[in-house]
Amino acid sequence: MTIVSAGLFKDCTRCFKSSNIVGVGLGGTLTYRHTYKINRVRFSGSIPSSFYCCATLSITMEEEKQTFDADKAAVLVNELRETFSSGKTKSYEWRTSQLESISKMIDEKEKEIIEAVHKDLSKPELEAFVSEISMTKSSCKLALKVLKSWMMPEKVETSIATYPSSAEIVSEPLGVVLVLSTWNFPFLLSLDPVIGAIAAGNVVVLKPSEIAPATSTLLAKLLVEYADESAIRVVEGAVAETSALLEQKWDKIFFTGGARVGRIVMAAAAKHLTPVTLELGGKCPAVVDSNVNLQVTARRIISGKWACNNGQACIGVDYIITTKEFAPKLIDALRSVLEEFFGKDPMESKDRSRIINSFHFMRLINLLDEDKVSDKIVAGGQRNESQLQIAPTILLDVPEDSLMMQEEIFGPLLPIITVEKLEDSFNMINRKQKPLAAYLFSDDEQIKRKFVQNVFAGGIAINDTVLQITVPGLPFGGVGESGMGSYHGKYSFDAFSHKKAVLYRSFGGEAPTRYPPYTPGKQKQMKALLSGNLFNIILALLGWFKD
Amino acid sequence: MEEIVADELRETFKTGRTRSVAWRKNQLNALLDLVIENEESIFKALHRDLGKDPVESYRDEIGVILKSARYSLSCLDKWVAPKKAELPLLFFPAKGDVLPEPLGVVLIFSSWNFPISLLLDPLIGAISAGNAVLLKPSELAPACLSFLVQNIPLYLDNKAIKIIDGRSEVGEKLLKLKWDKIFFTGSPRVGSLVMAAAARYLTPVTLELGGKCPAIVDTLSSPSKTKVAAKRIVGGKWAPCTGQACIAIDYLLVEEKLAPTLIEVLKKTIKKFYGENIKDLKNISRIVNKHHFQRLHNLLKDPHVAASVVYGGSVNEEKLVIEPTILLDPPLDSEIMTEEIFGPLLPIITLKNLEESIEFINSKPKPLVIYAFTEDEAFKERILSKTSSGTVTFNDSMVQFLCDALPFGGVGQSGFGRYHGKYSFDTFSHEKAVLHRAFFPELEPRYPPWNDFKLRFIRLAYMFDYLGLILLLLGLKKP
Repeated sequence: MTIVSAGLFKDCTRCFKSSNIVGVGLGGTLTYRHTYKINRVRFSGSIPSSFYCCATLSITMEEEKQTFDADKAAVLVNELRETFSSGKTKSYEWRTSQLESISKMIDEKEKEIIEAVHKDLSKPELEAFVSEISMTKSSCKLALKVLKSWMMPEKVETSIATYPSSAEIVSEPLGVVLVLSTWNFPFLLSLDPVIGAIAAGNVVVLKPSEIAPATSTLLAKLLVEYADESAIRVVEGAVAETSALLEQKWDKIFFTGGARVGRIVMAAAAKHLTPVTLELGGKCPAVVDSNVNLQVTARRIISGKWACNNGQACIGVDYIITTKEFAPKLIDALRSVLEEFFGKDPMESKDRSRIINSFHFMRLINLLDEDKVSDKIVAGGQRNESQLQIAPTILLDVPEDSLMMQEEIFGPLLPIITVEKLEDSFNMINRKQKPLAAYLFSDDEQIKRKFVQNVFAGGIAINDTVLQITVPGLPFGGVGESGMGSYHGKYSFDAFSHKKAVLYRSFGGEAPTRYPPYTPGKQKQMKALLSGNLFNIILALLGWFKD
Repeated sequence: MEEIVADELRETFKTGRTRSVAWRKNQLNALLDLVIENEESIFKALHRDLGKDPVESYRDEIGVILKSARYSLSCLDKWVAPKKAELPLLFFPAKGDVLPEPLGVVLIFSSWNFPISLLLDPLIGAISAGNAVLLKPSELAPACLSFLVQNIPLYLDNKAIKIIDGRSEVGEKLLKLKWDKIFFTGSPRVGSLVMAAAARYLTPVTLELGGKCPAIVDTLSSPSKTKVAAKRIVGGKWAPCTGQACIAIDYLLVEEKLAPTLIEVLKKTIKKFYGENIKDLKNISRIVNKHHFQRLHNLLKDPHVAASVVYGGSVNEEKLVIEPTILLDPPLDSEIMTEEIFGPLLPIITLKNLEESIEFINSKPKPLVIYAFTEDEAFKERILSKTSSGTVTFNDSMVQFLCDALPFGGVGQSGFGRYHGKYSFDTFSHEKAVLHRAFFPELEPRYPPWNDFKLRFIRLAYMFDYLGLILLLLGLKKP
């Protein structure tokens, strides 16, 4: 029996080293980081809901789990590789049974999921329902509905050069894949890729983010209960566990997170020639023309900023670009819609998520308090450290070289940059790293066309925000600094599949042209054959073809 | 020097000239001119570097490029057009497109074994997709390298398509710079370094590597079919640059009882194609250089391996020629069976039962191609579903390379990413998702403050339960 004082940083009574509690899970488990190791302990008795922030509560615990290091990771991967070799995950029946089970899990555990996400982020129920529950479920449902057609080999045309033959492209699972998830949509961004991996017939290890501990623990618990444990595993943990996982050979790594870690993941993958999908972020701009419906524009911007995990979303609006004259009108409209959505005192509203943790809270405060930035606030600015809340904050004409305009904001701060002419915004966006999404509000068809043609971004939405990710027919993914590879709908299936080219030939149709001994006549026939022109081929075979 | 080149390309890309379809077509046509007008010089350069016969050069290099460029030209308008995406009715009125956009400034590394086609074929993809390109050809095929360095600036837009002449240190320097895509053809060892370097700038890579490509040979229903199979095996081993090709057959898997017959037919075919002995070998390439000659010669020097030679085995160091060589059951732990051979040596591994070939293949890293000569449909199906490889070709060799509709690329140890035909265009494009929305109608329940009505609305919306939605809006739906 070990006595551990719970709190953000407390000493372990066994070895007197500092422990960092990272989460209280359901079913009486508590996760704590102890000198770089993640441990899980089971406790008896009930835990008050304010436990996480409580500094001096003591409970009795029994140590249960050991560290997850590279050796353990190797054992895990070997085990899973055996499952994959057995071929069971390749069958249509296995894939659908797992997807059905996950879909059932979402139905049955909706409440627990919403609670966990609330614990991690104070995410409002409806927001959690939309962005975590519904999105994940539709992914599952879609995969179940069309999996057969996704799995069908695609017949392709063959050319005269290989006549007679038939050809097809077969989708085959890549093997044992690793999904590294993140904390802002901790349920969706963990399971959505996993659904793609299962649909494509892979064996999966999911590492949810330790920064959203309640959801991480819940996922670990639920997947054991609902998924085939021999093929779908959850590894919880932080840096040490992730490094142990990254040392292994995977057949695919799917990573959602920041660009810095993305680089580490890709470099680690290079060692084993593992393909990667990197879903990163970036500063997603929203360009606002002066001819728009102001009310609708303001609402859609707000829904893509503060009603979307309080700005903590990779496709959230990061900053606005509009013309000098129009900016005041837009600010007024944003102010009044903010009040309509979140009340007179937004700090009191329960309809916004909070900042994930004090580290990110301080990061955002630093952006806000920078010289030449803090005096640009035109709305909001209030903060409450104990509740990890910052009011919806709008800033006007923040300097280009400020931290806020250099780095991804990922929080409830919205700078507005003004330009003389709206077209100037295109260059302004293209001067920065390519963002994951770029938004335009305009009624001018020509501007729309130019924006779509000229602005580099992972995806674009015209006259709306964020909605593009709910369309399964559109690939979701970045380019350049916002990542590589894409998913959603069929693209998820493809992200976890190898497209195997298959050519069937019979023994007939021998063209001696192909084989030595080579003669000038054969060279002519070869030219005709590769030109694909039937007439030339006939001429060449008759010896009449002139090149 | 490398930085200046890269910066210049980036400036050109920024001007947007490479994005116009007219520019792309113009460059593809110029590339066609380059190849057509210089056919003789290309034949000469390939002969000097690798001893390739003009027919072989036409089949594997010039012809491939002409076919590829013409195909791109004929399809380009279709490829650049946005693809429509289906949208749920709930989004009405809205429109979703997937729009291909060029990645930017791309770097192409080619390999020495097909010094023309492995450089220009990816270039066709990069141009078609509207990128600015830096080409880094292999220095191990020096005659082709000088031909390319001389002629590419004469034919192609010098500001947007550049070629760099240099040895491997240049490659390292290039990898320190930022690219929007790196396309690499070569070995897994270097591929791994390229990807690690690319990680620094989050640059996507396509790695076209190799591997030990097996050919499974079943007992066929008639001797004439066996003869055709033997021709295709010989054509898939010694015809492409004397086995120095990533898709060449590396070794054969056959049942014990078939081996003697097959060896006899192979011997006959070899003699017919290439001549009786090493002195007057014709129609066959040579080994690229001393280093590779030594490497291959060393494979043969292992006494257990030497003892397994059943045909050929002689070498001519001065001319860098190795005779087409067949080996029967060399030890499985010898280097010839653990490393990619990449040369004119063909081990035949015999099995009690051909079914074992699946397990045999699966015990090695995933190859770029699996060839299988068989008429047994059920066996074909098992090969397809139980093994993994970039490509599977039944009853032939090499020809999959000519099929524009099939993606060409590896999996696992044989690389990732693919090209040829439309896939080349895709490899150098970003698929940009575009959603067009109108300002009306507005769906109120999308916005806070949240309440029960909104939650119910969204529940129904996600099930696409339109009737339920109407009832809810009319206040007729019970919770």
